[in-house]
Amino acid sequence: MSPKAPLFKIEPRREVSRGLLYATPLLAVALTVVAGFFIFLAMGYDPFLALYHFFVSPLLTVYGWSELMVKGAPLIMIGVGLAVGFRANVWNIGAEGQLTMGAVAGGAVALAFWGEETALTLPLMCLAGIAGGMAYAAIPAFLKTRFGVNEILTSLMLTYVATLFLSTLVYGPLKDPLGFNFPQSRMFGDAALLPILAGGTRLHLGTFIALAIAVAGWVLMTFTIVGFQVRVLGQAPQAARFAGFSGPRLVWLVLLLSGGLAGLAGLFEVAGPIGQLVPQISPGYGFTAIIVAFLGRLHPLGIILSGLLMALSYIGGETAQVEVGLPQAVTGVFQGLLLFFLLASDFLVRYRLRLRGAVAVQPQAAE
Amino acid sequence: MTFDAVSLVLLTVISAATPLLFAALGELVVEKSGVLNLGVEGMMIVGAVAAFAVASGTGSGSLGVAAGAVAGAALAFIFGVLTLTLAANQVATGLALTIFGLGLSSLIGAGYVGIPVPPLAKLAVPGISDLPLVGPLLFGHDALVYLSIVAVIAVAWFLKKSRAGMILRAVGESDISAHSIGYDVIAVRYRAVLFGGAMAGLGGAFLSLSYTPLWAEGMTAGRGWIALALVVFASWRPWRLLAGAYLFGGVTIAQLYTQSAGGLGIPAQVMSMLPYLATILVLTIIAAGPWKGRLNAPACLGKPFRPST
Repeated sequence: MSPKAPLFKIEPRREVSRGLLYATPLLAVALTVVAGFFIFLAMGYDPFLALYHFFVSPLLTVYGWSELMVKGAPLIMIGVGLAVGFRANVWNIGAEGQLTMGAVAGGAVALAFWGEETALTLPLMCLAGIAGGMAYAAIPAFLKTRFGVNEILTSLMLTYVATLFLSTLVYGPLKDPLGFNFPQSRMFGDAALLPILAGGTRLHLGTFIALAIAVAGWVLMTFTIVGFQVRVLGQAPQAARFAGFSGPRLVWLVLLLSGGLAGLAGLFEVAGPIGQLVPQISPGYGFTAIIVAFLGRLHPLGIILSGLLMALSYIGGETAQVEVGLPQAVTGVFQGLLLFFLLASDFLVRYRLRLRGAVAVQPQAAE
Repeated sequence: MTFDAVSLVLLTVISAATPLLFAALGELVVEKSGVLNLGVEGMMIVGAVAAFAVASGTGSGSLGVAAGAVAGAALAFIFGVLTLTLAANQVATGLALTIFGLGLSSLIGAGYVGIPVPPLAKLAVPGISDLPLVGPLLFGHDALVYLSIVAVIAVAWFLKKSRAGMILRAVGESDISAHSIGYDVIAVRYRAVLFGGAMAGLGGAFLSLSYTPLWAEGMTAGRGWIALALVVFASWRPWRLLAGAYLFGGVTIAQLYTQSAGGLGIPAQVMSMLPYLATILVLTIIAAGPWKGRLNAPACLGKPFRPST
């Protein structure tokens, strides 16, 4: 062996390592914390204090935990929907737009019944929210299945359009007539708001529906023929075609599913913590949910954990801003870093590093 | 309309098209090598903030432009390590690059909101620059505008005529064949990815130093994504990319002028949707049309490659 040979030899694993598949997200989180330490140090903050306020102090109060659920709910709902699509190799990255359109559709119902709400108003709003998100996801679905247009670019472009559409409405026809010309709608009536489950918190009914949706997503992917078809389509598109699964039908299905869930998440935001239509409904939940889906290993139950963790990055960002004056933008940096580390550590799942000179464990692997 | 008004409109079209042209041209080379980098938006905005910070710190626009290119390439390097060395999923890594870049730029840029920057050097030729219509149209732009046109010529020549360009295309069309006849696929792709990052950074630098000489959070406003769409629109051909970038520059400006002219009674936000809707329309026409432009896509686009040594 020449002295210039690399220290490590890289070999593909014959099967992905199950243990590492679930351990690497934890490794990625740990590396993000370490990177955060140095970022805070470089920015001139006390890194221990900053990390404490970012990751620990939000978890010391009951209110902090309830906020974790409130912010985690939309991330979990959207993440579950996106994960089903990613498994089928359908890249809906416009969930932020579908969320906005769901909020607009559901919010419009709330405003239409304003002052004369009945027990049916809230369910109707939920249906409108789902329909709004689905209808918006139907555009990339139609363009992809009918013309073969890449769904990544169309769904993303539509996000900008949705934000502008919402802005048109709250500056125009849906503006509160008694709102001193602020760009926001009337506050929804009490019967059009999601019930609060625990006094003194913002914990609303939608947070529990989000958890139920994650469990339902797990059942769908694990026990149903649709889940099986989605996985085959993503892993072996030719096998899927050979087996007679309809590719276009599944593309429609996963886009409508992820769009509908994003729309419902948007409706839960306006009928929950916000209570009215405002120009910006989400602080980027639709994009963060992409990270949530990957960090949860595209598994609905993993997504519950990763959703709560990413919710912590929002709350921690706010806490650190108040306590140590850290800019809110740190949250985005952390989220990007986390995904980088996760993707990098994926390498360990698929490849094996062997020290130079070490004896191969499986001699037949070197055939 | 008078000559002056016409040339004013055309001037603004040129400056709206230039950032798109830079970013899209870089991505075209990246995709020709078989790599899909969806992080253009992230590289562009980090380029914009780096250029702005350095230009306002040093007082030199040129240093700012250089900083923009370096910052874009630095982000592209992260993408390269993940997708080329570690064979990570290119779509996911590109998205991560955009999320990271948007966060990083607003972190760096927090102290630069509302601060002016020194203007970029203009190319002025005494006498000719004062000619009506032709003068201001051909001369007197920022040097970056000329650089973007030169870059189109250079990339077209590089891909079509140069040996290195042919190797790059071979790597993009069939990585395994290129590898087996002895080309270093990963090294070629690294160079392409770094070039793409530097070009996206230049596009960002033009935005923050010339187009709107101010720093604002999220100021790229989806231009990185439009650049990605332009590459598809141009079916991976540099000259068509030039036409596409100017077409989109035109759409942006038309929408701005309509807004300032009262918007024909249409709300401003609806007019602002136009560039995004135009992107979707153009992608659909390209995909649905009879000309099969999609067949020109590099065969290995987006597929990870690891040499089996």
